[in-house]
Amino acid sequence: MKQGLGLPVFPGVAIGPAVVYRKAQRTIPVACGDPAVEQKKFDSARETAREQLTALYNKAAQELGEDKAAIIEVQMLMLDDLDYLEAVTAAIQDGAAAAQAALDCGEEFAQVFAALDDEYMKARSADIRDISQRISDILCGNAGFQLPEGSFLLVAEDLGPSETIQLPRDQIMAFVTRQGSSSSHTAILARTLNIPSLVQSDIALEEAEACKVLAVDGFTGKWYADPDEETMAMLLKKKEEAAADREALEVYRGKESVTKSGRKVLLCANIGCPEDAEAAVAADAEGVGLMRSEFLYLGRDTLPTEDELFEAYKKVGEIMGDRPVVIRTLDIGADKQVSYMGLDKEENPALGLRGLRICLTREEIFRPQMRAIYRASAYGNLSVMFPMVASVWELKAAKELCAKVRAELEAEGVPMKEVPIGIMIETPAAAVLAQELAKEAAFFSVGTNDLTQYTLAVDRQNAKLGDFYDPYHPALMALLGHIAKSANEAGIWAGICGELGADPKLTETFLKMGYTELSMAPGRILGTRRLVCESEV
Amino acid sequence: MKEFKYVINDPMGLHARPAGQLVKAVAGYASTVTLIAPTGKADAKRLMAVMRLAAKQGMELTVQVDGSDEEKAAAELKAFLEANL
Repeated sequence: MKQGLGLPVFPGVAIGPAVVYRKAQRTIPVACGDPAVEQKKFDSARETAREQLTALYNKAAQELGEDKAAIIEVQMLMLDDLDYLEAVTAAIQDGAAAAQAALDCGEEFAQVFAALDDEYMKARSADIRDISQRISDILCGNAGFQLPEGSFLLVAEDLGPSETIQLPRDQIMAFVTRQGSSSSHTAILARTLNIPSLVQSDIALEEAEACKVLAVDGFTGKWYADPDEETMAMLLKKKEEAAADREALEVYRGKESVTKSGRKVLLCANIGCPEDAEAAVAADAEGVGLMRSEFLYLGRDTLPTEDELFEAYKKVGEIMGDRPVVIRTLDIGADKQVSYMGLDKEENPALGLRGLRICLTREEIFRPQMRAIYRASAYGNLSVMFPMVASVWELKAAKELCAKVRAELEAEGVPMKEVPIGIMIETPAAAVLAQELAKEAAFFSVGTNDLTQYTLAVDRQNAKLGDFYDPYHPALMALLGHIAKSANEAGIWAGICGELGADPKLTETFLKMGYTELSMAPGRILGTRRLVCESEV
Repeated sequence: MKEFKYVINDPMGLHARPAGQLVKAVAGYASTVTLIAPTGKADAKRLMAVMRLAAKQGMELTVQVDGSDEEKAAAELKAFLEANL
């Protein structure tokens, strides 16, 4: 048995096989200068790709049947296509590296297929990209990540947001990462999925790969590789106790969240996609306090269309019914990058073109999103809020745009409901200007993660700064008090949607300050309701 | 040169799998084989070109076979299309 420590981000116990996720090495080697050598490299990678596909074909044919395996056969045939091979050879003759030539030509053919007026053939563009990526991966020395079947604990150096969303949620029992922080995306996902997870752990990826059974204790932050009998018994007991605890919280299901002195608070869920809304309902959320729109934009190659966004928002609205849903407009940039938007690389992305700043400079991105939200408003109880506001003029400009969009839709005869417009308070500037902003906003929702990072000038992704990232810092508490007071004076509501929203040490403080909404990971709602109901405040 | 016409019967049209089988079959002949569909023209030895025709059920294909083994190739291809498409 080997053991070690990490920072726990969600309590619970998970025991099972470990799977190590290694980031794809997509750094393409430069051409060596001799086309004949590059051509040889390409030919040998193509042979390896053929062997991989043959193995995959045999496995698929055995397990899924010949019909399902045919799609792999098509990919094998594409590897022999003369048009593709000639295009690659021409590119290599022109000086391209083998991997680059494979990718570029694949993309070229994929575009041709994507433009065909035939749904089936359009879909084949994915196959062409797939084989090109496979050849390029082989040339880059990257074997690719193969997902196993069944449930497992996922071990990784770190996971990016676009990686976390592509993972099969129902198979993952726990995340164990060597980097990340309690507010990283891995942690957010772990809390949404209610799975015990560790970040900043000292597990070696090779160790995890070698062990048969990995166990994670999300209460203590300990991990055990191949736990001995005694440890196993202890963990199983803990697991049972955790299940019993969850059972005890069930009496709070369906109850109103109200303190002994009659102070009411709305306990809402933070979600990222329509599937999460179902988790929110299952967790007895009284609404959605934060729907992170960016997850609709990540893990894909093109901007989502207005219709795609509309369907997603409509679905969330319908699932939540009368319960309020607050949609945050796109907050891309900073730690969440998408290639297709063509944003420049920034020295300081956290202080760069992100949040509302993108929306105000890139109307072609903002407009379809607002149209989708207004169209979906007919199907639920929707509000919208803007991220990263720092000045009153930004809010005014965004509201003007919204009014224009709404007028357009009215002219088109689209049915809509009222959509209150609020803002995230996550820059110190917005916190200081809360009184002014309260005149323009319908509500405030405090993003404590960013507000902490900006107020304390501490990068929340930097694991080494852990001790300096202090969400209880008096400066932050002073700002939080000022925000709630300003909102109450202006007669608008204020809520908390950052990780602090579920912090049991602060629940009473927030109620005293005058916050009337707390939004958190779905799994935290019943526990927080117990705290509220037991509170004298 | 031999030439014959064939109307696609398969509800899926000339989709990837039969296109692949066709290309494989044609690769064995010395003759050049050209497919002409209302959507375009393709060298039947090139898979992506054949797929790009996106030939659907009910479309008429004209098959032109030109070369030393055109007699045999045309007869066999006709049989292949009838059996698979």
